[in-house]
Amino acid sequence: MFKIITVANVGLGNFASVANMYKFLEIDVQIIEDPQTITEVTHLILPGVGAFDPAMRSLEKSGWKDAILELTPDTKLLGVCLGMHLLTNGSEEGLLPGLGLIDASCKRFNETNLRVPHIGWNNVAPKKKNSLLSLEDSSYFYFSHSYFVECGNQELALAMTTYGQTFTSYFSQGNVHGVQFHPEKSHRYGMNLLRKFASL
Amino acid sequence: MLRNRVIPILLNDKGGLVKTCKFKNPVYIGDPLNAIRIFNNKNVDELILLDIGRTRDGVSPDFELVRRVVSECFMPLGYGGGIRTLADAQKLFAFGVEKVILQTITFQNMKVLEEIANFSGNQSVSISVDVKRNRHGTPKIFNSSLGKVLDLNISKYLKDLENAGAGEIVLTAVDSEGTFGGFDLGLLSLFKDTLHVPLVVNGGAGSIEDFQTAIDFGADAVAAGSLFVFYSPRRGVLISYPASIDFNKRIVQVDPN
Repeated sequence: MFKIITVANVGLGNFASVANMYKFLEIDVQIIEDPQTITEVTHLILPGVGAFDPAMRSLEKSGWKDAILELTPDTKLLGVCLGMHLLTNGSEEGLLPGLGLIDASCKRFNETNLRVPHIGWNNVAPKKKNSLLSLEDSSYFYFSHSYFVECGNQELALAMTTYGQTFTSYFSQGNVHGVQFHPEKSHRYGMNLLRKFASL
Repeated sequence: MLRNRVIPILLNDKGGLVKTCKFKNPVYIGDPLNAIRIFNNKNVDELILLDIGRTRDGVSPDFELVRRVVSECFMPLGYGGGIRTLADAQKLFAFGVEKVILQTITFQNMKVLEEIANFSGNQSVSISVDVKRNRHGTPKIFNSSLGKVLDLNISKYLKDLENAGAGEIVLTAVDSEGTFGGFDLGLLSLFKDTLHVPLVVNGGAGSIEDFQTAIDFGADAVAAGSLFVFYSPRRGVLISYPASIDFNKRIVQVDPN
């Protein structure tokens, strides 16, 4: 199968920036708005910016929700930021259920002693060997969010980050991956991760 | 742990990069795309591009310029200048702009800020707050597109911004801008005590030590224009950015380039 990275345009999110990074890396990429038009998908990226419920409604309305559920578990899937949240069971940010592909849920940062949103470059520490991050190099990525992921099944939490408390910055199960940070905005660190995802 | 960001601010006017001093006397210094490429190569933490002419001239953002600029950036870009509607913001987000930066619209209609924050999340909306001190030294909010001081209660204005969905404030001390004389720490403290969202301070950075001082005084991130895009009439433009700064250990490595 001809490999091409497919980036979902669900109306919100840095699909343009993700595609730009792949173009720079000279890896074939396409941005798709209507999931009906895709024939083969080896790798799918779900970017996301915004709020949980409007994003879930968008996924449903556009047909992406059904498309994603059909494509897993064969297609390699990467959810970015809100895209990662959408893969979980749900979020304190909204009332709608998530896609439920990963046993996790999203909670709001406690503002008592913390400036929220969490904005800036923070360390992502892998807990064990994994497909997207190397254990040896310390990596920093750009974060921009007010809600974080907590894994119900701790085995799926593959990298952690600390802001006030420690939360899951990368989870994965089978072909489904989710990262809280923005690889498309994290220059050389982001390029490494997106390159690794493409080579899965 | 979360690092304090160091953010170059680029001012654009009519398609060209400009530098100002105390918000006056803009001098044309080059093509914004060249500066952006250099900062991208230097892997800066984040970039802010402010088009100071759009609101002043009553026009929308130069979308084509922004699209070209963002396509060269592999780090977050915040854009401000002429954003008046949700549709303006949506177009910018679709190009890949990380944050929209608002000012004038917040003096006219807070609802637009609310709409944008509801659409994109408050982490995608920053407010540029410019402050000038009057002859008694009292800080006043400055409407930079009109060049006028406003009679607003600063604390109330900041709280209104937060309630309407602002995710971050970029504070610029007008009297310090372009002077290399250091940040206005009094202003920093005033804003820090009032705000719950992250605070970026701008205006007056003369050295890396000024950044450390600002962080010690509570800034979450620091920004600078003249320090990174240095212009002198005889020598032209010098673009620089520190290779690494660890604010917690006070270690600075200066970029040999």
